Amino acid sequence: MMLEARDVGVALDRVPVVEGVGFTLEEGGWLGLIGPNGAGKTTILKAVAGLVRYSGSIRMQGDEVAGIGRRAVARRVAVVPQIPVIPPDTTVLDYVVLGRTPHLGYAGSPGPRDVVAARSALARLDGAHLVDRRLGSLSGGERQRAVLARAVAQDASLLLLDEPTSALDVGAQQQVLELVASLRADGGLTVLSAMHDLTHAGQYADRLLLLDGGREQATGTPHEVLTEELILRHFGASVRIVADAETGIAVVPLRPPVEAEQAVS
Amino acid sequence: MTSAGGLRARFPVRQGRALRGVSLRWALAAGVFVVVAALLGLALGPVDLGIVAVAREVLSHVPFLGVQSSFSETEDAILWELRAPRVVLGLLVGAMLASAGAAYQGVFRNPLADPYLLGAAAGAGLGATIVIAYDVGGDGGLDLRPLAAFAGATLGVAVAYLLGRSVGGRETTTLILAGVTVAAFFTALQTYVQQRSADTVQEVYSWILGQLETSGWTDVLIVLPYVVVSALVLLWHRRLLDVLAVGDDEAASLGVPVARVRLLVVAAATLGTAAAVAFSGLIAFVGIIVPHAVRLMAGTSYRVVLPLSLAFGAGFLVLMDLVSRTAVAPAQLPIGVVTAFLGAPFFAVVLRTTRTVGP
Repeated sequence: MMLEARDVGVALDRVPVVEGVGFTLEEGGWLGLIGPNGAGKTTILKAVAGLVRYSGSIRMQGDEVAGIGRRAVARRVAVVPQIPVIPPDTTVLDYVVLGRTPHLGYAGSPGPRDVVAARSALARLDGAHLVDRRLGSLSGGERQRAVLARAVAQDASLLLLDEPTSALDVGAQQQVLELVASLRADGGLTVLSAMHDLTHAGQYADRLLLLDGGREQATGTPHEVLTEELILRHFGASVRIVADAETGIAVVPLRPPVEAEQAVS
Repeated sequence: MTSAGGLRARFPVRQGRALRGVSLRWALAAGVFVVVAALLGLALGPVDLGIVAVAREVLSHVPFLGVQSSFSETEDAILWELRAPRVVLGLLVGAMLASAGAAYQGVFRNPLADPYLLGAAAGAGLGATIVIAYDVGGDGGLDLRPLAAFAGATLGVAVAYLLGRSVGGRETTTLILAGVTVAAFFTALQTYVQQRSADTVQEVYSWILGQLETSGWTDVLIVLPYVVVSALVLLWHRRLLDVLAVGDDEAASLGVPVARVRLLVVAAATLGTAAAVAFSGLIAFVGIIVPHAVRLMAGTSYRVVLPLSLAFGAGFLVLMDLVSRTAVAPAQLPIGVVTAFLGAPFFAVVLRTTRTVGP
């Protein structure tokens, strides 16, 4: 089992933001965390990456995350943050090589092998032509490709994605998610992602965990979790679920019916 | 363990060139700059020794070269007892201030950060002012100014660091605000002490504006170990400073012990700076303009910025000291005035002729 979380709780500034959450994630699987803003999705990702203290237990390939040590965690888990910090004058190659950091000594320098790892990560993401570009000159989609390449260069077996497509247009969103899906298919990468686009969540993840108020509300396959009733209850949104064998699942927002009284006032 | 690493075999790419560090061109430029600055600093002054003659004299001390010196005993004394210690002190102080500034800008991700911002200057100023105003140690003929300035600078940054940590914010902004607070408090104390003893105001003022007058090699030998150790620690961390450029959280997710790196770099830069200002006074601006000029011209990676700041800072301060002691000879201008007066326009030109870059 890649990941096994039990009764996980996280408090930030003594305020509990995640309570009693549990899930399992098999090697090669893709678990999508969904839920309204502030539900605790990002916090769970941070706990898995060992970046915040948690109560309960998070076991990664059998080892408790809190006990592994930061560098060892970084060799197993790569994080793509929601809003990556982009040093604009850094070249893409230099940036992707940063992903090799957990494999170097404390102040070690990247060698030719690390440069090759970075270049092949970029090539894998169809970004070989970007190597010498500066990050500040990239489009949103290209930038996200560089960030993903850094995560791939990290050579980790678990990839954490925090809203990986939030700033991208629909084409770039699809490209990025397809790249992640192909990494998963080719390299046996396991993916844990927080996603706010429910259609994407339903189409790419094979299991979903619905969070609200820091607590687990539903878990299961996309068909089990993405229901009109659950989405109305936890997101306050009227939607229609469209699903067929050919296109997969899609969550279509509906304009709520306007009541006559409200329309007048 | 299955992992993305397995992709490498299936998607071979040709071996690329290694990452760019300091290019040969810049390494040569930095070397030439330092040597020329040092030779000018040694040769010029009230007595013009001549650059070629100085070079011959220096080389005559290198075995197996067979170079003969043309110096008289007096010229020899001027060179080795008066100018050389001052030039070497200038090299050390300049290298220290510039590399410490670069390192601070890296750990705080703030283009205006340097040890002065966290209270090093205010603390050193307070220490030196107390010694001058109350004539501490004056009877024994012992100059306690360097020691007091060193203690004050270290204390200032330590208090700022502890204050920033105790507030608990992980944001670097908290630390900088703590530094500004401590600096304001120390400056207030320093001004109070200074005003209370009006007869020493002149002396305090000239110390604060900086000078490189030495009492010979002793001062240089005291500063040397601090600068060497500090510079080595900073250079050792140059790649980690690049990692910190992606922020504390991402650096941590890449396995970097962020708090420890920051503490080590701040401690090294602060101790080195404290030792430098103890003998040079508060030379402003070097820690800001030298690293930024390097970034604008040679690249923004700390693999480039740190070593080049070290070299260019060293040469830059020697040249500024040369101006400070020759421009209005036989009087001397405070070197802090010269670094700002000549450094600011130079930096403005660099800024205008290159692209804009961040820290």
